[in-house]
This record gives sequence, structure tokens and C-alpha cells, in this order.
Amino acid sequence: MKYVDAFRDPAASRAVVSELASLAGKLRESGIRPAIMEVCGTHTMAIARNGIRDVLPPEVSLISGPGCPVCVTEPGYIDAAILAATRATVFTFGDMLNVPGSEDSLATARAAGADVHPCYSPSAALDFARANPARETVFLAIGFETTIAPVAALAAAAENGLPNFSMLTALKLVPPALAALVSDPAVHIDAFLCPAHVSAIIGSDAYAPFAGPGGRPCVIAGFEPLDILYGIRCILAQLADGQAFVENEYARVVKPEGNVKAQNLISRYMEPYDAAWRGIGVIPASGLRLRKQYGAMDAESRFGIRVEPGTPPTGCRCGDVLKGILNPPGCPLFDGRCTPENPVGPCMVSSEGACAAWHSYRRIAPAGKDA
Amino acid sequence: MALVQAHCARREGRLKEHGQILLAHGGGGRMSRSLIEAEIAPRFGKGPLKGFPDAASLPDPDGPLVFTTDSFVVQPLEFPGGDIGKLAVHGTVNDICVCGGKPLWLSVGLILEEGLNISLLRRILDSLAAAADECGVTVVTGDTKVVARGQCDGLYINTSGIGRALPGFSLGPEMIRPGDAVLASGPLGDHGMAVLCAREAVLSGTGPMSDTGPVHRLVAAAADMAGAVRFMRDPTRGGVAAVVNEAVHGTPCGVALDEQNIPVSPATRSAAELLGLDILHVASEGRILLFCAPEACDPILTAWKAIPEGRNACRMGTVTADAGSVLLNTLAGGRRLVDMPQGELLPRIC
Amino acid sequence: MAQRIGVSAEGHGKMCLAVPMELTDVRTGGRGTARADGIVRDVDISLIDDPRTGEFVIVHAGFAIERLDRAEAEARIALFEDMARRVSTPEFAS
Repeated sequence: MKYVDAFRDPAASRAVVSELASLAGKLRESGIRPAIMEVCGTHTMAIARNGIRDVLPPEVSLISGPGCPVCVTEPGYIDAAILAATRATVFTFGDMLNVPGSEDSLATARAAGADVHPCYSPSAALDFARANPARETVFLAIGFETTIAPVAALAAAAENGLPNFSMLTALKLVPPALAALVSDPAVHIDAFLCPAHVSAIIGSDAYAPFAGPGGRPCVIAGFEPLDILYGIRCILAQLADGQAFVENEYARVVKPEGNVKAQNLISRYMEPYDAAWRGIGVIPASGLRLRKQYGAMDAESRFGIRVEPGTPPTGCRCGDVLKGILNPPGCPLFDGRCTPENPVGPCMVSSEGACAAWHSYRRIAPAGKDA
Repeated sequence: MALVQAHCARREGRLKEHGQILLAHGGGGRMSRSLIEAEIAPRFGKGPLKGFPDAASLPDPDGPLVFTTDSFVVQPLEFPGGDIGKLAVHGTVNDICVCGGKPLWLSVGLILEEGLNISLLRRILDSLAAAADECGVTVVTGDTKVVARGQCDGLYINTSGIGRALPGFSLGPEMIRPGDAVLASGPLGDHGMAVLCAREAVLSGTGPMSDTGPVHRLVAAAADMAGAVRFMRDPTRGGVAAVVNEAVHGTPCGVALDEQNIPVSPATRSAAELLGLDILHVASEGRILLFCAPEACDPILTAWKAIPEGRNACRMGTVTADAGSVLLNTLAGGRRLVDMPQGELLPRIC
Repeated sequence: MAQRIGVSAEGHGKMCLAVPMELTDVRTGGRGTARADGIVRDVDISLIDDPRTGEFVIVHAGFAIERLDRAEAEARIALFEDMARRVSTPEFAS
């Protein structure tokens, strides 16, 4: 595939890996053992699937961050979605199906007769609503900025002439989550590997508050293995030089100002609010919801549903995993009571969740590397 | 005679007139008979099925038998590169082949939904008959039922197959040894991606083509090295990841696959990238994964490459002494686990 | 026949996954067609400012979310090719 294959070249990978080794050697002399947080769940999955940890110098650790939309969605949202599915045809991204709510998941609700359909593109929900004007149609709009932009486009398309279409939203923003992480004294992170496609929307300038004097290196990288390796290389180089600036290593897609057209569309339809993050808590202005004047498109007001926090499972430590305080095997439920077949916490459900990635790709990893 | 022909023509006319399956076509009465005579007899009514006995009488095949069954619920019924009829033959025939059998006889059970379009049914039955001919199997018995609208999704097929065990093969996961080669007979995942793309209505264009096809010639081509072949499987549901994990489960062996050598066709790869699927989890319906002693690797690849369905065959991994562990050596130079797919990743793929 | 919705893959929907595709057609109403290696699909291009046929865009869940700058991509590929060449030369090995 054009502009994909070139970023998976094995010889170039070896070259970047050898640069990583020599940079790690420099850091070793200064006694630095860098802990890098990959913020985005798609990075988490790509790192696991490409065996990236296997080629990193032993003193470099990668910590999965909160950027997995399924993982940070409250159980009460699932409860509300199940309720919506008793009154409407519900479309969802496939990853949501097995997330445990307070009692049921969308998959068990579907088996019991709820009208739930996984889709690749939210457009499927729109097409269905158009083709079935008598059927209430709800799209489960969860995601970060990458998905918020299409959701705004969806709102624009549905605004006129689709009275049977609405959305149940749990849309979250990356920068407020980073702000919460850096102000949490329990969290130890030396640098951020910043998301690829979230950054395409918000732009590289959005990370400026987290870099600079007293801040951390923020390096934006694509999701291909070479992009990731090179992004880590740039982080190590900054740390070795004692620097902390925003570095855009995905300039083929990410601009300093981001996608302004998408940003304008988003702010036309949506407003910020204090959103609850599963396992983390309420973060100020970290979520987006439909503005009041678009209440007809908001499934909560349309069906009189309220998204309550819900009941998180006991013993689950997804919150600490999402903050990078705990690696998945450190959770007492990991691979025992909690497996992808029988997930207890959301980090085991989404393929982008740190626990699922660890379970699926990493049970072989040499011990000690990520401790 | 002319009277009978006229009668049949009238019955055919009646089917055409309806243009769709009615509940009465499964009622066991005249309508059932007319469906069998118009649609089944012309295609399959020779050999043991002639005269439609309640059970097939088969000649003694002189040796051990291989017997298997499979049900097909794929949606859509027709997809790029194939249809449910073809798939119902290949699925069962290939299961016989990879167990070292030569397929001989097939049963076909049809479950039709009231309202099914007759011309669609005809296309599927034609395709099923042609696939059976190509594989050298005879449909020797069958059954047709009709269920009310909404009680099945158009058409389901069950096929069972009987084959004769080929001499020389002694296959099983317990035969696998460290150092053995793992071969693929062609690009992987084409069937799963073709069906999935056909379902995603917005996907169009050339797209992935299903690889549904028979593997009997591939097995025959490997038969010269039969003594060195340890184990064969067709990587259907669950893909390569499921087959390889199952093969080494409970044995003292593991497998290391090389990402660089995994054969994938360009359209299938693009579609998998777009949908975020791991190609190792996606089904093929006309491929073999073969485990063999290292010295048999080149002769088998040479024999496979000489026939059309094996022209892109390659070695994609090696058996290790690392019990139960299936690893992928990635392009990035690392290793990662190749896990069994979780849950029903791609429902109704076959 | 039974209504045919929802027979879709349950495992997909990687939340931020997106792939580069080439725009082959730009229509009104924010619709377009894009291709990549034998895959052709309709995409929503309403998030792209002034999209042009022949441009590469990054497609996420059926929406083009940003254009791909080919010059930047080629420059990065050249950097990696250069690095790859250096590891394959003998002096590097020593």
C-alpha cells in the first residue's frame, strides 16, 4: 500500500533500533531510565502487534495511557445504551459490544433481543435512518478527536431532514487528560508519545502546554512501526539533551494548527463539559456533548435517558492501568478472572486496551523490561 | 412420454410463475415434488441419486473411510469469487482432503426461506453442481426443507462428505517435530475479506476476491512426499492463528512465523488495514497450511507452484521446541504472540 | 427475507485507525471516492478543505479526516531509505 509499506521496512527498522541503543547508552551514563507514555490506544495496539517492546533498549519502558475510548467509557454509558436499544435501532463500533455495563453488555442485551448492530462507519447508522424513516436510530458516538470530527460531520448531515436519527455521546478530549495526568503526583512519566490521528485534528500546537521548561518531550508519531520507533528515538534524543519540546514526526499528516475545518464543525455542534473517565474520575472540560439547540439529535434528551456513572466491577484496577501507575499483570484480576473471553474491566475488552494488548501479544515478553 | 414432458414443463412454469420459494415447496406434496424434479433432478439426479431413494447405496470403497460434515450460513449468499453453493462443496471436500482423503460422495441438505428467489436458488445449485464436478465428488443423497419467512436468512446448506483415505499419509499434530517447515499454499485471508467487503455496502470496486476452491490437487501434489508430511489444515474460521495454535496445543512444539513471508494479496491487505483486522485471524477457503519435515519443503513447494492454485505457495514459518508458543517475527524486528482470535470476530463467514 | 443489517465484523472499529487512500472522485455534498490497492470505497470528504482528485487523504471510519502531504511523506521515506542503506554497508557492521 502506498505510504504504508515504506514505513514497515525491516532494514530501516534495524537502523533506527541501533540509534535507540546508542541513545539509551548515553542516558544510562546520566542515570536516566525513561518512562514513555503512549497516549493513544491505537499506538498501544500497534506497539504490541509489531513487537516494538522487544527491540527497545531494556531501560526504556513504554506505559499505555488513557487514549482508549472504550476503556474510559463509564459502565453507566453502557447501561444507557442498552436502554436506548430497547427503544431504537442502535449502531455501534464493534469494540463496544462486549464492554461490561453495570450488569449486562450490549452483546448480552442483543442476545436477549435488543436491536444492536456493529458497524465500521457511522455512516451506516445515517443510511439506515434514511432508509427507515419510521425507525428511531441511535449511533453510539464514543471516541476521541479522531472520531469526534466524523461525528460532527454526521450531525451536520443529520441536522436537516433526519428526525429519526440521534446520538448517545461519550466524546472525550486528549489534552485535558494529559493535563490531569501531569498534575497527578502518583504518575511518573518522562515523555509523551503523542497520538497520530487525534493530532491530525487538533494540531501539534495543542501539546505546547505540556512541553517547554519544566515540561516533557512531546513527540507526535504515526502508527506504522517505523514511525513509532523513530518517534521513540526522538524522545530519547530530547531526554539525552535535556530538552522538552513538541516535535512533529508525523508531518505528512499533522499540521501545527490541525484540521481547522474539522475544528470549526466540531465547535458548531458541540460544547465542552466536565466528563467522567472510567477509573480516573471527572476531568474538567474533558468531554464534548451536543449543544442544547441540537437536543433533538441527543439521544439522552430525546429518550429521557440519563448516563449515570454506573457500578464499576470490584477489584478491577483499569483506572491505575489507564494512568500508567500499574502494568496489566500487576492487576490481581489479570488473566485470572479477567480475560478477553470474560472481561471484567474495559481495558481487557477493547483490542486497544492495555490489558487486551498485553494478553494477546505479550505473554512472551522477557520479564523485567516493563517493570 | 410427451405427456410427462408437458406435465414437467407446466410444473417448471409454475415455479417460474411464482419466482420464489413458497412454504408449500417444503410440504412434501406436489409442490415439493415439482421443486425436486425441476431444480434438483436435472443437476444431481444421476448415479446413486437416480430415482431419489430414501438412502444412497454406495459401492465398497475398499479401505479406510474419511467422513465429515459442515454447515454453511454465509451472508451474502453470493460474494466476489464465489457463493454459498460452491463454498458448501469446498468446505466439506477440503476437510476430507487435508485429512489425507480423496473425496468421493457428498450429501446436500438445503434449508430454504419462504420467499427465496428461484433464479438465485438456480444459480447457487448450478454453482454447487459445477464445484462438485470439479472436485470429482458425486452428490449421492440430499434433503430440502422450507421454513417460514424470517426463520432463516435466505438459504442454509449442510453438506457431509465421504472419502477414501489415501495411502502414505500419516497425519496428526503429534507428528510435528521442531525444525519442521510450515507452508502456505497461497495468499491468506481472501475469503474472509471478500465476504466482509461485500457486506460493508459502501465498499465497492475490485476488492478482495474469495479464494473458495478445492485443495484436492494440492494434496495430490504433496502425496509424493506423503511420508514427510506431518499435518495439514485448511485455515478457515479463525485463520492461520487458530490453525497453528491448535496444531501445537498440548505438544512439545511451538511455531515461529515470519511476518515478511506471510502471503497476502494486495486488495485483501488493504481491506484488512482499512478495517483494522489482523490477517492471521481471517479465513481462507481454498488454502492449505502444511507442516512437513525440512527436506520435504522445497519438493512440495515446487510441486505446488506447478499448479494454478499453488503458484503463490511459500514457506512462512518453522516449528520450534518452545512448547505451545506461536510467535510472529515482525517486520520491525521484534517478536509477538500470535493468539487465538477472541470471540466471533467475523460472524457468518462460511 | 430477513432484514440484513448488522452482520458485520465485531472485532473491528479500532478507534483511531486510519489509512492513506487516493481520491479518485470528488462530488458535491461532501462525498467522494477513494482507492488503495484494489479497494475502492465511497468516503465522506466534508472535513477536508477544497479536496482534489489525485490527492491522498487519511480515511478513518469512512471519513477523510486530513490530507496527506506527499512531499513530507516522500521526504520521510527518503530518510528511512538512507538509514536502511547505512545499516547494510560493511563499515556499519564493524
